[in-house]
Amino acid sequence: MPLLVIHQYLTTYLVFGAMLFGFGIYGLVTRRTLIGMLIAAELMLAGVSINFMAFNRFLAPDPSVGQIFTLFIMAIAAAEAAIGLSIVIAVYRHFKTVDTEDLINLKG
Amino acid sequence: MNGPDVIVQSPALFTADGLVGLIFLIMIAVTLAGAYIAATSERLVRAVAGLVVCFVGVAGMYYFLNSPFMAMMQVLIYVGAVCITISFAIMLAAPEQKKKSGPSNLLSGPLGFMVAALVFGGMATLALRTEWQSFPKTSMGSVREIGIQLLTSYSMVFELISIILLIAIIGAIVIARGGRS
Repeated sequence: MPLLVIHQYLTTYLVFGAMLFGFGIYGLVTRRTLIGMLIAAELMLAGVSINFMAFNRFLAPDPSVGQIFTLFIMAIAAAEAAIGLSIVIAVYRHFKTVDTEDLINLKG
Repeated sequence: MNGPDVIVQSPALFTADGLVGLIFLIMIAVTLAGAYIAATSERLVRAVAGLVVCFVGVAGMYYFLNSPFMAMMQVLIYVGAVCITISFAIMLAAPEQKKKSGPSNLLSGPLGFMVAALVFGGMATLALRTEWQSFPKTSMGSVREIGIQLLTSYSMVFELISIILLIAIIGAIVIARGGRS
């Protein structure tokens, strides 16, 4: 396909969403701080949302359904960020660090 | 492969269609650069800045997907709320940068890259090989239709999401405040 019209193909968006998801997995696996892992999780959610929006634009009979799904994903992501960051702050107050290697209270 | 709606052949660069394609390519590059910074940067503040760039690029992607409403919500919620909250958490909870935040040992970097590359390769192959079936549109997907759907077919989910957000707010306050009287 010619390079200047790739925004009219479904697969462009799907591959792009998969790429964002891959970056998110890489960050989630290699990060050593809780906040870094949370950032990577947000990247993965962005990739998933792009998938929803692409299917919504190209395949779905009713193009408002995918937008509503993405809206719900955004709300869940906001709730997740709020809860996760408050847990991070509570953990920091207790352990004085957010490094995952120092959080070893549950280690057997 | 699911083809485009109208035109197939490549337009000249300095026409409206060509410039749109060029903007799309630049946007993809900027978004991927932001995602790379967000996933790999040593300092968390830079990672959040990369996340902001990535989210703005994703908002542009939504614009290309016929949904300026979702693009606006993406900028409002993700860039305006989530990223700001994360940077506040960094300021509150990660003062020292003595230790590096990168991979913890020599093996985890390549292994993590391998896992991510495998997942990406699998999903990209799936996306490229599948024959996607398109259906005729029954509506335009305008903001008005989104609102009607939200308050009729999806009203239950709408209420649930409101309750989840309320509980999340209360839970965040309770957890982050714990210990203080």
